[in-house]
Amino acid sequence: MTRAGVAALVAGVAALALVPLAAEKFYVQFFAKIMIMAVFAMSLDLLLGYAGLVSFGHAAFYGAAGYALALATPQLQAASFWTSLPLAIAASALLALAIGFFVVRTHGIYFIMVTLAFAQMLFFLFYDTKIAGGNDGIYIDVRPVAEIAGWRPFDLDDYRHVYWLALAALVLVYALLRTVLRSPFGRVLAGIRVNEQRMISLGYPTFRYKLVCFVISGAIAGIAGYLGAVQFGVVNPEMMGWHLSAAVMMMVILGGMGTLLGPVLGAATWMLLELALQGLPEAGGVDIGKHWQLLMGLFIVVATLVLPDGLIGLARTLRRPAERHGE
Amino acid sequence: MSDAPAIATRALTRRFGGLTAVRDVSIECRMAEVHAVIGPNGAGKSTLVNMLCGDLLPSAGAVELAGVDVTGAPAHRMSRLGVGRSYQKTNVFLPFTALENCRIAAQSRLASSMRFVRPAAANRTVNAAAERALAAAGLEGREGTPVAALSHGEQRQVEIAMVLATGPRVLLLDEPLAGMGAEESARIVTLLRRLARDHAILLVEHDMDAVFAVATRLTVMVDGAVLESGAPEAIRASRAVREAYLGAEETALE
Amino acid sequence: MDLHTFLIQLLNGVQYGLLLFLVASGLTLVFGIMGIINVAHGSFYMIGAYLAWSLTARLGSFWIAVPVAIAITAAVGVLLERVVIRRLYGRDHLYQVLLTYGLILVFEETRSLLWGDDVRGVAVPAPLAGSIPLTETLSYPVYRLFISGVCLAVALLMVWVIQRTRLGMAIRAGSTDRQMVQSLGIDVHALYRVVFAAGVTLAAFAGMVAAPVSAVMPGMGNPVLIVCFVIIVIGGMGSVKGAMLASLLVGLADTLGKVVHLEIGGVRVLPELSSMTVYLVMAVVLLWRPEGIFGRRT
Repeated sequence: MTRAGVAALVAGVAALALVPLAAEKFYVQFFAKIMIMAVFAMSLDLLLGYAGLVSFGHAAFYGAAGYALALATPQLQAASFWTSLPLAIAASALLALAIGFFVVRTHGIYFIMVTLAFAQMLFFLFYDTKIAGGNDGIYIDVRPVAEIAGWRPFDLDDYRHVYWLALAALVLVYALLRTVLRSPFGRVLAGIRVNEQRMISLGYPTFRYKLVCFVISGAIAGIAGYLGAVQFGVVNPEMMGWHLSAAVMMMVILGGMGTLLGPVLGAATWMLLELALQGLPEAGGVDIGKHWQLLMGLFIVVATLVLPDGLIGLARTLRRPAERHGE
Repeated sequence: MSDAPAIATRALTRRFGGLTAVRDVSIECRMAEVHAVIGPNGAGKSTLVNMLCGDLLPSAGAVELAGVDVTGAPAHRMSRLGVGRSYQKTNVFLPFTALENCRIAAQSRLASSMRFVRPAAANRTVNAAAERALAAAGLEGREGTPVAALSHGEQRQVEIAMVLATGPRVLLLDEPLAGMGAEESARIVTLLRRLARDHAILLVEHDMDAVFAVATRLTVMVDGAVLESGAPEAIRASRAVREAYLGAEETALE
Repeated sequence: MDLHTFLIQLLNGVQYGLLLFLVASGLTLVFGIMGIINVAHGSFYMIGAYLAWSLTARLGSFWIAVPVAIAITAAVGVLLERVVIRRLYGRDHLYQVLLTYGLILVFEETRSLLWGDDVRGVAVPAPLAGSIPLTETLSYPVYRLFISGVCLAVALLMVWVIQRTRLGMAIRAGSTDRQMVQSLGIDVHALYRVVFAAGVTLAAFAGMVAAPVSAVMPGMGNPVLIVCFVIIVIGGMGSVKGAMLASLLVGLADTLGKVVHLEIGGVRVLPELSSMTVYLVMAVVLLWRPEGIFGRRT
């Protein structure tokens, strides 16, 4: 990335950090939600844009972490942040390992279908049974507490602290993924995406690498799921539902897959669009806001046809005539 | 055991439903030997190579590497055991640069690529191996060019360079000269002669000039089976081979 | 569980399986011949059910409503193919999945606008409303036997069309080699339009036929779609034979799983976790043959 690019990123993060000091509670929480979704979307981009694995059940790992926190929280008491976060991430990672073991041996359209099927299996497990409140979900009565020897560095009941925690997660996950993508592991993923057969022929046991990628991606989705549960104080099966899986996939495509920043942009665009559509007034006797999903669906259809490379791809195409040298 | 051929097959057979593509093929290839396999289209040559490198499971028979039975070993394991295979249809990473193609190939020799922290491009050993392989294949100066932008002949050179970057003992080359002009072919033939000194090379080729320029041993395959196998001059003189295959090429050779 | 109950559940399982076959075969044909994955396929099951309900109420007869509903669905299928689906040919499956997911939302909300969100019902048509006695104490609903019969008839019709007609020949050629179809002088675009319309109409027809014995409600297409995915993974994409085998397997596993009592190590597994039965079957198949029982080995 260029010096100018890095400077822009730092400025952006600094600006984001100042938001809670200036904006209303609603917007602070909304932006926090965007950042949580951005972490979720980046985790999917690792699979989609870099390894070429189209996972249609990624919400399973988001929801699993949320449920892990809910189940680890004692009745009417707070769980410890320092134990519940690793626990939640581990839950998502182990789930990804278990599901990945089955699905990574498939390819193409089968992979898409089985990832969805396994995610739905998990959804029904929580929806139909009383493991965790069935389709009503469970409340996290008291948010996790972060304490080190009597000192509380932050308070998760304060919506601004939740915001800054989400921002920290966004920055850390971005840095982590950039490092991993540049590493030998990351290059193997890139090779698998372009020509898996040749990678095998060159001596790489590609199944192992895809599985590890699947697990890392699931673990990061778990970070997002934990934060999502903390922010809302309730978990329900919809956190593992396929509507969420489809939404996060759209965020990645809309922003531009294989770019890491694209998904962040896509998450923001998607959430803003959702908010805007839901707020539409009545027209001609029809409550448009209530049926916002119709417009969202049309948007998805059009965006898929018109913006296959997402917004970042669009920006690159528009910039190209002005540039002499490639990046 | 040290006398065993670098790579050998014993009665290797492969059936696809009712069709027997390769029947009872037993061949050997020793170190410092260039063993060319020739034959008409559909003779089973590519299928044979696919079985040797682990891309395909044999229906019957065995593959041996330095006397050790490795039948059924998957392709990635055969590669780790020192067998390098190049493809007839260029099978490279088109969006990457020529250097990156070889770098990924060379990186495969690390004990494990499950390394997540240091940048891949910082590994000097891997980089050096990649640069050496590119230079050996005659692509010095083209390192930074995306392979998709290279000419067909240059892409074939990358194909070979990638195999060399994995440092194999046995080279399985499937029509390396396919689609190359005279000058490029000559360069590859020189390369093959040099490589032959410390590799075992099994070569599938249609370019007869190149074959007779470089092969130390020849096997003719027809309809999935070995017709004849021996020294190049003996094969050239064999009537059976002429009738079956070289007939049309006679005028070119005389 | 006694033999009589088992017999009834067996019949239910077969009926459910045959119904699933109609839906799954449509999905697998569209993919096998056109290379398109249409996740809105389940929505057509819903559209069929709602059309059956709405038209039966309007026209007064289930038997008139069904052919009209079939015609409407086929027309919608043709229109959809011309306007949207044809832009997906040759594109990455990811985009096909996303675009057709967008269509699910459009269909779901359109249904909500047209027919509301209440749960509806369709009465079993009069001549088939009774039950056939199986034993002295148990009888089985005639309509459910009718469903099985109709599905079986459609399956046989499908086999006949594919094996014995020119259209079927084009379909078989198209599923192995799309370019070859064009060089045979067959109009590929017309073929695709017919196949797509037929595929979604099969799903809708299943919805129509099942309406009298199931709840016509919002989102009813989604679980059906997921089960179809499981069926195709088990049976193999593009294989009608595989779809039949897998549909029956899934239908029986799901139905029997709900009534069997099974305890493993003191934990009640069935019927509590019955909804997971089919996924476990899928997991086993994935370990054994990742491309499906009759799927093509890549």
